[in-house]
Order: sequence, then structure tokens, then C-alpha cells
Amino acid sequence: MSRRPGAGAGPGTDPGAGLPRVVVLWCPDWPVTAAIRAAGLPADAPVALIAKGVVFACSASARAEGIARGLRLREAQARLPHLTALDYDPALDNRAFEPLIAAVEHLVPGVQLVRPGVCAVRIRGAARYYGGERAAALALTSQLDELGAGGARAGIGDGLFTAEQAARRANPVHIVAEGGAAEFLAPLDVGLLEEEGQPGIVTLLRRLGIRTLGEFAQLGADDVRLRFGEQGARVHALSGGRDSLPLSPRTPPRDLDVVVDFEPALDRVDQVAFGVRAAAERFIDDLTAAKLVCTAIRVQLDSDSDERSERVWLHPRSFTAADVVDRVRWQLQGSGVIDAALSSGITRVSVAPEAVDAIGNHETGLWGSGPDERVHHGLSRVQSMLGHGAVLMPVLSGGRTLADRQQLVAWGDRPVAGRSAAEPWPGRLPDPLPGTVFVPRHPVHVLSKAGEPVAMDARGTLTAPPRRFSAGRTELTITRWAGPWPLDERWWTSGARAAWRFQAVDSSGCAWLLVLDSGGWWAEARYD
Amino acid sequence: MSLAIDTIEHMFDHGQMSSALAVAPAHAAVAASAETATTADAVQVADTVQVADTVQVADTVQALQERIRSMQATKLDSRLLPTHPAIAELLPGGGLQQGAAYSVERSAMLVMTLLAGPSAAGSWCAVVGVPEFGVEAASRFGIDLERLVLVPHPGDQWLAVTAAVADVMGVVVTRPPKQASDASVARLSARLRQRGATMLVLGTWPQSEAMLSLSDSEWFGVGEGHGHLAARQVTVTVTHRLTGRPRSARLWLPAADETVQRVSRAGGVASAAPLAATG
Repeated sequence: MSRRPGAGAGPGTDPGAGLPRVVVLWCPDWPVTAAIRAAGLPADAPVALIAKGVVFACSASARAEGIARGLRLREAQARLPHLTALDYDPALDNRAFEPLIAAVEHLVPGVQLVRPGVCAVRIRGAARYYGGERAAALALTSQLDELGAGGARAGIGDGLFTAEQAARRANPVHIVAEGGAAEFLAPLDVGLLEEEGQPGIVTLLRRLGIRTLGEFAQLGADDVRLRFGEQGARVHALSGGRDSLPLSPRTPPRDLDVVVDFEPALDRVDQVAFGVRAAAERFIDDLTAAKLVCTAIRVQLDSDSDERSERVWLHPRSFTAADVVDRVRWQLQGSGVIDAALSSGITRVSVAPEAVDAIGNHETGLWGSGPDERVHHGLSRVQSMLGHGAVLMPVLSGGRTLADRQQLVAWGDRPVAGRSAAEPWPGRLPDPLPGTVFVPRHPVHVLSKAGEPVAMDARGTLTAPPRRFSAGRTELTITRWAGPWPLDERWWTSGARAAWRFQAVDSSGCAWLLVLDSGGWWAEARYD
Repeated sequence: MSLAIDTIEHMFDHGQMSSALAVAPAHAAVAASAETATTADAVQVADTVQVADTVQVADTVQALQERIRSMQATKLDSRLLPTHPAIAELLPGGGLQQGAAYSVERSAMLVMTLLAGPSAAGSWCAVVGVPEFGVEAASRFGIDLERLVLVPHPGDQWLAVTAAVADVMGVVVTRPPKQASDASVARLSARLRQRGATMLVLGTWPQSEAMLSLSDSEWFGVGEGHGHLAARQVTVTVTHRLTGRPRSARLWLPAADETVQRVSRAGGVASAAPLAATG
């Protein structure tokens, strides 16, 4: 086993000699399986994952109805109206596959993650232990199926490429005998090399009349190297069953998650926060020991009534133990106060690092890291007093109304990329803009000279010039006014908005922005 | 619920202001005439009778007050934050003093004008307890939104939040709750002095360095059902805590090109310009 795996790449050597026996475990439709489990749908639901408007993957039941990869979403929905379309999330694939790799590692050490849904491991030791390669492969697939892999397949062969092709043809296990890789691969289509990142070569080979891997393997290795270069030489070796890349097993990552179970369940926010404190310190200590800092955490709360709340919290710098406790508390209390009772008892809190960074990038400089750190500490203190959403940073965004154009983001969160404020936005207010914007708007009454309510007729003209307006008992006289300016937005959707806007100057010289819509008159802003 | 009522109450605060200032002019005229005599300040006052002994008395009073102030000063030098030149001339010391509180009559545009200078100079600004602060207008006035933090609803923890924010921010705009006690006012003032933060209070504040107010607001560009708001002339009056003497100036707040500037003495000619600009 200690011979270099690439040693057999030369012409005339025995194909497959010196290559390790590898088992590739393949979970078919893994992105779909992961998405169905995350969305809590039944296993046989017709589901399609959508990326960039086309179907990226679909479940077996959807495939039976004619859905295929690459189909446009609209066409897929036409073929199968009750299709559940979900957005494809690559991070979810990886995250959901992690426990499966851990389970394989539990049985056989040295697992290489090929991609989410596919992993490879050397079978030699396991074959001896289980008394045969087939028995070992069955043990692994049944372990995966227990964890909900949905019909895992195993392929055994010399080298990764052969084993993976065997897995594609497995039900549930396909074994390519030792030294039989070239024979197994020979009838396969040359298009398989596309997945190895050589689409250009595949097209050329087809045009040269080479249709199977066996025909390609019969070409002289030197000729292929001369014509196609190193990359060509590599796929040539692959098609001859000589996989020159060794298996590179991953180092199992340290388990940095912390889980705190409460028995009996706790139903007060401060109790839970206190119970999490020690775990939060352990969490940060573990990260520091791994020379990491955490910039985002995922907090998951389980309650005794089987509710689950999950949320990712970002941090503008890096988390400390107190910050972690704060995030757990904010997630618990929502908008409530600190000693509020919860609707149901909390049985489990788990904290997982969502984004980590090397600790060296977050070390303070010799003269400190500037005033912004001080600002952050001060604002974090305010957040721990009032809650995460109480300290806000303003961001301008696009839109026509004043409320649309200002977006407030909690301190530490990233702004949601919305509509750009730099676009022209015809129909927005003319400059100068009001300094006081009422959110929510205040209802007012606008009256004519005769004391009649002013309204708008069907042709868009006022029934009478506005002379007074009032909210509650205060009444102001309108000396001058301008408008109406129509605002008719998104009339083609359910979120349509139609309104008339006015500017009015009262007798004290203060100006107002008044809006008339189907709900009546509103004071939206004040120019003061 | 009480919050909503509070906001509705504040909504019409502007109306009270002009009535309160209506009684001031007589007093202001005498004081301001002294001002024109002593300094070359551009105060817009009509030609009033200048009595020589009034000027002398005013001079003596001012000199004595200067002495008292220098003896009362707790620091050797208090640093100034740069603010808009049109308003800086009116402020005591020629700018916003660090560690001081200023009481500003309810005018968001005046607050934004005051904030723009410190923000452009790199200070962080915070707005506490003012949920209706217009963010886009603030950015037009030159406030850097990257260094602006809003705490719209501090609730009953107003004092603690304002103090915590004042620890780390250069300028804090806040509206105190009605029930702010004298003790909490004193504690906050001490905190401001210690940290060197400037506070702009919307409403009255017992220990304010100066009180800024607006009067005689006049909008241009809007007519009877035509045009749109384009520019405003307003008289800004700054009353100093120690001298009690108001200084005032007529400003474009804002002018037609969204700047803030003094109204030139030939006001009649200048006021035609923004009107022409709006068409």
C-alpha cells in the first residue's frame, strides 16, 4: 500500500496496480433529500430545486412526471402544477451532509468528501474487519440509510474515478474486481470525462470518432500527452483505470458546537441566559484553542412543545462569551422584556459557529484598533439593555415614498441589498426633503373653507381647496399649498398603492407633506 | 400606546414656538443693537435708536460676565466642534462645545445643520428617542450615514441609554421624556462634561449652554395649488445661558440648492433667485 499511487501511469504497466481499493458512497439526489428534510416535507413529495430560474435538481416523484434538470421553472410548473419549488442552497447541502460523514467516520476512518452527497473511503481495513468488501459496503450504506440518506449506493474499485463510476451503476453495491478497472470502464461513454473538468477534450474526442473510454485508453499515452497536454494525460490515465490522484482523507473538524439541555424545562429568559453562560464560555474557549474567532453563530432553541427557533446572528467584529449569551437572550425574548415568561419551556439550546476566521486577522494592533471598537462596545451595551433591534444604522434605498427610501438595519447586521437609491425614481418627492418623517403616518382631517372634508373626484381634481387641517383637537390653517401629485405604484400586483400627495404651509410657516389615499388623509412628514 | 400619544403631542409643537417668540423681539432688538455696535456681526436689525449710555452699560455687563465665566470655567480650554459657519457665528465661542448641551427648538433641519459639521469632521452621531428623524434629509445635509446611529425607542431607560451612547459618540441628539428629573439631568450633564460629548436636546434642557430657536419661517416656491416647496427663510435665534442675550440671523434653511446660508442684506433681491430657480 505504501507504493506511490501514480506509479502505474506509464504505458505498459499493469493498469490498476498500486492503486488503493476505494469505496465511494453516493446518496442519489442529495440536494433534494437535504432540502426536503430541511423544509419538513414528506419524502415522496414532488420537489424541484431552482437555481437561476432553472431546475437544478428534482426528486424522483417529480422526475416521474417529466421534470428534468435544466428545465425552466415556469415550464416545470406547467408540467406539474403541484410541484414544490425551493431555492437551491449549496450551504444546506454541505451542512446536512456533515452528520453522514461523521457517521461513516465512526465506522471507517479517513473519509474524503468528494462533494455533498458523495464521499470516498479506503475499504481495505474495513473489508478485513467485516469479512469482505461487499459486507463492508453494505454496513456503510445501511448506516447512511439509517440517517435518512434515501437509498445510498456504494461502488468499490481501484481508485476514486473507477469507484465512483461503479457507485453510479450500483444497486446498492457494485464491486469492480481488483485490476478490472480498465475492463469495467472500457464500454462507458467518453462524456463521463466532462465531470472531471475536461469538456473541451470530450467534444474533440467525439469529433475524432472516439466514443467510449476504452477507445480513448487505447491511444498511446505519449501521443495523448503531446496532443492534449498534462490535463489530457490525466483523463487518459483515468479512462485506462489508472487514477493518478491519491485519496486525501479529511481531518475530522473539531466539534465546536455546544448544546445545553435543561431538565426540567426552563420558562424564564433570565434563567436560560444564566444556564447558557458556562457553555458560552466553553464555546469561545474552544474556538480560541483552535486559533479561531467566530463572526457569526447559529442559535437553535427547542421548547417542550416541540417548537424550534433557529436564527443566525452576525457580529461586526467577533463574538465573546457575553455576546453569545446576549444573542441567546435576544432570540428568546424577541421584543419582550428581560424577565418575561416564555410561552413554553426551553429544553435545549445549541450554539454552532456559522462563520469563523483565523484569530490572527482579529488581533488588536499595537496601538489598539481605533475608535470604532469603542463605538462598538458602547452600542453593544445599549443593545444588551434594549434588545438587538433597538440600535439601528440607517441605509438609503430606492423607492418613491419617504418610508421606502430609508431602511434601518440593526447594529451588526448586514443591510439587505434592496433597490438602489441611485436610480432616478420618477415620482419621488422634489428637494428639499422633510427632516421629520412620521413612521407610522398620523391620520388628519383636511377641511375646506366651508368646513367640508376635502376629497378627490374621479378625474383627479380636488372638490375644494384645502384651508384647514387637524389631528385630534389641534387645528392649523393652510395658507399655501401645492399638489395633488399622483402616486400610483405596482398596480399590477397585490401590493398596489395609489395616493395623492400635497405640500401645505400652515400659518406658523411650517410646511407639511399630506397624503390622501383610500384610507383618508395622512400627515406623512413635516418640513421643520 | 403612550408613545403614540406622545408623538402626536409633539407633532404640533412647532406651533407653540412662534407664539413664545412673538413676545421676544422687543427685548431682542435692544440687545442686538448693542451687538452690532460692539462686534461687526451681521445681525439683521432695522436702524434703531442707539443711545450711547446703553452701549456702555451693555459693554460693562458683558465684560463682567466674561470675567465670571472665566472664573467659573471647570476646564482650562474646552474644545470646539466645527459646525456650519452660518450658525457657528451665533453660537457662544463660535462652535459647538464638547461636553455641553444645547437646547434646540423642535426643528429637524436645524439639528441636521448643526450635526453636519461634526459628522463631516469624523465624529460619530447618535439620535436617541427621535423615531421620526428623516434619514434621507440628514444625508442631504451632509451627515455621513456610516457614522450615524439611531436608537428610536429607548423607552423608560432613556437616561441609561443616552449616557451609554454619549460615552462613545461625539454628538448625541435626544429628546428627553417629560418626567426627566433634576437629578438625572445633573448626572447626564456631568457625564457629558467628563466624556466630552456634545448633546443637542430637542426641547428645553435646564443646563443648556445655549438655546437655539426658529421664528418667522417663510417658504418660497409654493403657491395656491401650484409650485412646490423650494426654499425657506427663517430667523435663527441663539440665546446664551450666561448672558441671556439673544443673537439672531436670517438664514436660508434650506436654500434652493439645498445649502444653508445667510440671507444677504439685500434680502428683497436675493429672495427672487430661488423663486426663479423653481420656475
